[in-house]
Amino acid sequence: MKKTKQLLACLVLMAFGLGTAHADYTLNLMQGVTQLSHELYDLHMLILWVCVFIGIVVFGTMFYSIFHHRKSKGHKAEQFHENTTVEIIWTIIPTLILVGMAIPATKAVIDLDKVQESEMSIKVTGKQWYWEYEYLDSGVRFESHLDEASEKAHRVSTIDPRTVANYLLNVDRPLVVPVKKKIRFLFTAADVIHSWWVPDLGWKKDANPGFVNEAWTSVDKPGIYRGQCTELCGRDHGFMPIVVIAMEQDQYDAWVKTTLEKQKQAPDLSKQSRSLLLAKGESVYLKNCVACHQIDGKGISGWYPALRGSAKVTGDVDQLVGFVQAGTSKMPQFKKLPADELAGLITYIRNSSDLGNDVKDEFQPCQALTLDDFDDLFPDIDDAAQQCKEKGEVKPVKDVAENKAGA
Amino acid sequence: MSTHTAYYIPHKATWPVMATAGLMLMLAGFANHLNGSSIGSGMMLTGFITFIVMLGFWFALQSTESESGMYNHGVGISYRMGMMWFIFSEVMFFCVFFGALWYTRNISVSWLGAVEGAFSSGPGRSTYTLWEGFSATWPTNGPGKVGGDFEPMGAFGLPFVNTLLLLSSGVTCTWAHHGLLAKNRQQLIKGLLATVGLGFLFVAFQATEYYEAYHEMGLTLGSGVYGSTFFMLTGFHGLHVCVGAIILSVVLFRSWKGHFTPENHFAFEAAAWYWHFVDVVWLGLFVFVYLM
Amino acid sequence: MSAVVAEHDDHHDHEHEHHGPEKGILRWIITTNHKDIGTLYLLFSLAMFFVGGSMALIIRAELFEPGLQFVDPNFFNSMTTMHALVMVFGAVMPAFVGLANWMIPIMIGAPDMALPRMNNMSFWMLVAGVLLIASTLFMEGGAPSAGWTFYPPLVMQTGKAFPFAVFAVHMLGVSSIMGAINIIATIFNMRAPGMTLMKMPLFVWTWLITAFLLIAIMPVFAGAVTMLLTDRFFDTSFFDAAGGGDPVLYQHIFWFFGHPEVYVMILPTFGVASTIIPVFARKPLFGYSSMVYATGAIAFLSFIVWAHHMFTVGLPVAGELYFMYATMLIAIPTGVKVFNWTATMWKGSLTFETPMLFSIAFVVLFTMGGFTGLMMSVAPVDFQYHDTYFIVAHFHYTLVPASIFILMAAGYYWLPKWTGNMYNEKIGRLHFWLSVVSVNILFFPQHFLGLAGMPRRIPDYAIQFADWNMVSSIGAFIYGFSQLLFLYIVIDTIKGGTGEKVTDEVWEEASKHGLEWTLPSPPPYHTFTTPPEIIPTEHI
Ligand code: HEA
Ligand code: HEA
Ligand code: HEC
Ligand code: CUA
Ligand SMILES: [Cu+2]
Repeated sequence: MKKTKQLLACLVLMAFGLGTAHADYTLNLMQGVTQLSHELYDLHMLILWVCVFIGIVVFGTMFYSIFHHRKSKGHKAEQFHENTTVEIIWTIIPTLILVGMAIPATKAVIDLDKVQESEMSIKVTGKQWYWEYEYLDSGVRFESHLDEASEKAHRVSTIDPRTVANYLLNVDRPLVVPVKKKIRFLFTAADVIHSWWVPDLGWKKDANPGFVNEAWTSVDKPGIYRGQCTELCGRDHGFMPIVVIAMEQDQYDAWVKTTLEKQKQAPDLSKQSRSLLLAKGESVYLKNCVACHQIDGKGISGWYPALRGSAKVTGDVDQLVGFVQAGTSKMPQFKKLPADELAGLITYIRNSSDLGNDVKDEFQPCQALTLDDFDDLFPDIDDAAQQCKEKGEVKPVKDVAENKAGA
Repeated sequence: MSTHTAYYIPHKATWPVMATAGLMLMLAGFANHLNGSSIGSGMMLTGFITFIVMLGFWFALQSTESESGMYNHGVGISYRMGMMWFIFSEVMFFCVFFGALWYTRNISVSWLGAVEGAFSSGPGRSTYTLWEGFSATWPTNGPGKVGGDFEPMGAFGLPFVNTLLLLSSGVTCTWAHHGLLAKNRQQLIKGLLATVGLGFLFVAFQATEYYEAYHEMGLTLGSGVYGSTFFMLTGFHGLHVCVGAIILSVVLFRSWKGHFTPENHFAFEAAAWYWHFVDVVWLGLFVFVYLM
Repeated sequence: MSAVVAEHDDHHDHEHEHHGPEKGILRWIITTNHKDIGTLYLLFSLAMFFVGGSMALIIRAELFEPGLQFVDPNFFNSMTTMHALVMVFGAVMPAFVGLANWMIPIMIGAPDMALPRMNNMSFWMLVAGVLLIASTLFMEGGAPSAGWTFYPPLVMQTGKAFPFAVFAVHMLGVSSIMGAINIIATIFNMRAPGMTLMKMPLFVWTWLITAFLLIAIMPVFAGAVTMLLTDRFFDTSFFDAAGGGDPVLYQHIFWFFGHPEVYVMILPTFGVASTIIPVFARKPLFGYSSMVYATGAIAFLSFIVWAHHMFTVGLPVAGELYFMYATMLIAIPTGVKVFNWTATMWKGSLTFETPMLFSIAFVVLFTMGGFTGLMMSVAPVDFQYHDTYFIVAHFHYTLVPASIFILMAAGYYWLPKWTGNMYNEKIGRLHFWLSVVSVNILFFPQHFLGLAGMPRRIPDYAIQFADWNMVSSIGAFIYGFSQLLFLYIVIDTIKGGTGEKVTDEVWEEASKHGLEWTLPSPPPYHTFTTPPEIIPTEHI
């Protein structure tokens, strides 16, 4: 019943060409919020009207002929079949029109290219299937994944996507930029080609593995701008959105400051309750693992093994931690997961009913500490590790390489 | 000359159908083999043999028909056109690999090295580099030093000798053709013998060159993009030399049997064109792969 | 068309014994007869149209609503990939080769194709290639899912299907090249005396030029996939930055093939339209020679515009500008064609049988697809359009209501000649009207979706795209199921159609427009064993 109504509504809307009820939705290209996007919008409108005009002339003539020169009306066919003059005319006029279009287009190409003299640079790395941002000037660095609500909604058939705000267009950590500042973007990719597109900025740019592409923007007004990856990059290509928040300079500066502080914070090594670990683990899993091993842990046959019931998951925990950190040629490595997140994750995959595993244990952050990589990431880690050791809680996993060999 | 004035239309295509089946079996077998399946190589071999045998029957049938005078002038022209355009398609195939060589040398390597140059300006390409310390030079195995250290192949050793060999084989081939036209059987057979001999000698030298590359110079198919373009270009060329030499051997055999007349010798002509094409490709290789 | 037969010799040439067809299934397997092979191609492509179409319907079913309902995203990507491959290499290209086989020898007064045995092999190579690619649907890891463009590095993640896909491309390539060589040799070598090049019907001309395109591009595609194969299995680094290669190199090679490839699907379309429109306008084609030159110009330009598919990969400015200008130029010769068709209808005496209806719809809807193509050729704006549904709309307008419509038109136009039976005009018109309305419901909204920001190749989308996707899917199902009418008509006509036996000419005064209308309907198994005599008609 609901379906039929929707259907009817659509057809009615279509009949009147009224567009849809969504306020943020247009039938036409969006004008965007940068000088470039306005320029491209104008160019788009120009060509569109040229085409509409030519269309009216050509189709008009044709339909005139169809109505008046039909046999049923007794029209006799004339036998002309050549006229050099008109042929020359209809070669030259389109040529002139094209030249007229090429001039503003050339200017726009050159404008798109003006990456020089930017005031800040952001390096964007596309990965299967999320984005990584690195502010080259301030050192802020983070990953930006599809947000949890959308992640769950598209994986669990009982959740209606319509109930999720900004379904598939929301991320856990948006890119934050100041307004009215010339920003240079550097694009690259870690695995396959991705493409970074925020329509409101006016362009998309491919992120090619091993190479660097550049583009620039300068956002006119504060706001939240959304986009998506636009180069087919594998299974979850449709699920790696982009969110850009543009804010005034002072707000932006404050954001940089707090972000840097958080980034330097050592992981929380205190002993944690089982439910807290499971909750944390679920969100880590949704962010990092679900794309391959799936929300029910069943994996995808032929591609990714199931974690549900896997002996590796339910078996020796040290081996498991080592495996997850080291990765394989087919699975990415997760060395940089902070100890508390890793602890949550391991507890979750071994014990969660979502994945159908039930080892009945828990894994504490102190146990997760490998000390390998944390030194440079978290300068205070030594103290924390010391604390763990003193409490007798530390149980560093076995050598990563050893585990890898075993895998 | 042909006794028929009408264009000959054959009525059965038994061999072509079976050859197709053989080819399909061969490729499916190769694919299985690459996927690590144990039945792959057997399938591949069976398919290959079927393909070759069926082609053999097909061509034998064609030559019987040809000699019994069933083909008029028009049929001959169709065959010549077919061969010409087939060779053109082969040229396009080689163009891809020459193009890849040009592109990597002039564009991708300089971009990887973030070098300013003709193709390195523009939106996108940046002086920011992911590959610190990589300098854009040719030959290269890339910033990842894929395949380890290697020594590039010089032009003036075996490759130069090979150039001379192939060039002279082109001459002997034409000389044989003159012999055929002048009804000089001796010259025809001697010329063809020399051509085939030079061809196989070329292949042998190239095999030696490959052996040295792999065992002494560290240069392999896996030596980054230099190794890739080097072996793909010379390898596909070498394969064509082999095929060409085999075709010429068949033509030699048929000449010896006296199949050809000055008017009717399409098979000879086709083989000769093919040989010249292989020759020209080599000149391109010598210049762009070895010399430059 | 500019020539007719003065006198046609119906007697068989008694010099060789004339075989009729072989008996039973063998007739079709080892046949060398251009009509039999043409029929095989046409039936095969019709079947593939339904296979590829069913895949499209799976795509549209999944996109009917936001959320993932029916298929896994990976399978969705496989469907996108296979749909395109099956439609392009299994349906549209073979259909035109089928028409070429049937009609070219007849149109130029030849007894058969120049190289009949190779003709047979071309067909079976096609079947073998399609079998190879179809077999991947059942393999571990699924069918290829990296898009019909096979871009590395993504395509390297394909499972067991990978080498099969590569070899399928090789076989399809060889098939196309052999077919094209045959067509060139036939046209250059087998024309009846008096059938000069500039008297050939435009269908023959456009196929001649298409055949050149095919010979030039299929080896390029074969080379590209060969490099993929060696990159994956033999350690080469053509497309790997670490070894000094570049994934973008693949794109250059692919589109050097891919762009002319789309013209392979449209030039013969132009040819058929130029054949049908004059017949139902009862007027000679306007501007015959400029049509020929325009076709040549389009073919030439198609080789130098490939990077318009790559405006966003990071080309140097000079490259962007060059490829933009070159691409825009294509509008000029294409415009000449559109204007010529309009002028052909102008002051004619038009009737609207099904072939004509499809042809008129083709001119209008193709032009719309051309307009969006022109919009995308403007490089800076393509930074917005690229890889969105705007592009999906563009190329479906140039492929479905253009190539497919014209194939339908050709079917209606020549079926009476091929079978000797008349199709059911009422059902034909019903098929047309259902198709033309639904195809617009199907593809027009995709323009809106693309402009509003919906990327292509995604199995699920944001809520604001829901309404138009639903409309599009409804259109797809109406369009898809309407095509069953065509299937019905084909079968029905072969079985006897309306029961009315058609004349040799079938269409009023059609014999002014082509040699095929001087032959009996259906034509004998062997035609023109002695060449017809061609005399110029009054209007050239
Ligand atoms: C039969 C198929 C076909 C045809 C005929 C065309 C015709 C054209 N195409 Fe299209 N195209 C495709 C099939 C086709 N295309 C496909 C399959 C893709 C996507 C591939 C993929 O990514 O998977 C694609 C993608 C594609 C792109 C890449 C978009 C992107 O990915 O970002 C571009 C960009 O320039 C383009 C341009 C054009 C142009 C300029 C024409 C021109 O030939 C059109 C010329 C016609 C006209 C302009 C109309 C008639 C002219 C007049 C009435 C004269 C007067 C007009 C003016 C002066 C305006 N096409
Ligand atoms: C000639 C080429 C051709 C043709 C004819 C079509 C025809 C159609 N195409 Fe396709 N399409 C492409 C070439 C073509 N397409 C290409 C090249 C791509 C790009 C691929 C890529 O991104 O890599 C593409 C991609 C593509 C997409 C985008 C997918 C994506 O980006 O994820 C969509 C989505 O709507 C689509 C839809 C359709 C539809 C609905 C039709 C309809 O016209 C189909 C009509 C339907 C039928 C004819 C079905 C009939 C069947 C039945 C009624 C069932 C009966 C069953 C039996 C008898 C067995 N196509
Ligand atoms: C990009 C895909 C991908 C992601 C993301 C991923 N994995 Fe995996 N995982 C794989 C693949 C592929 C394998 C099989 C490994 C192999 O055979 O080399 C695997 C294997 C495993 C195994 C061993 C299973 C067994 O029974 O053999 C475990 C445990 C595992 N992954 C856990 C995780 C966890 C935990 C995460 C997230 C933090 C994760 N994976 C993220 C692809 C992935
Ligand atoms: Cu990343 Cu698509
Ligand atoms: Cu194109």
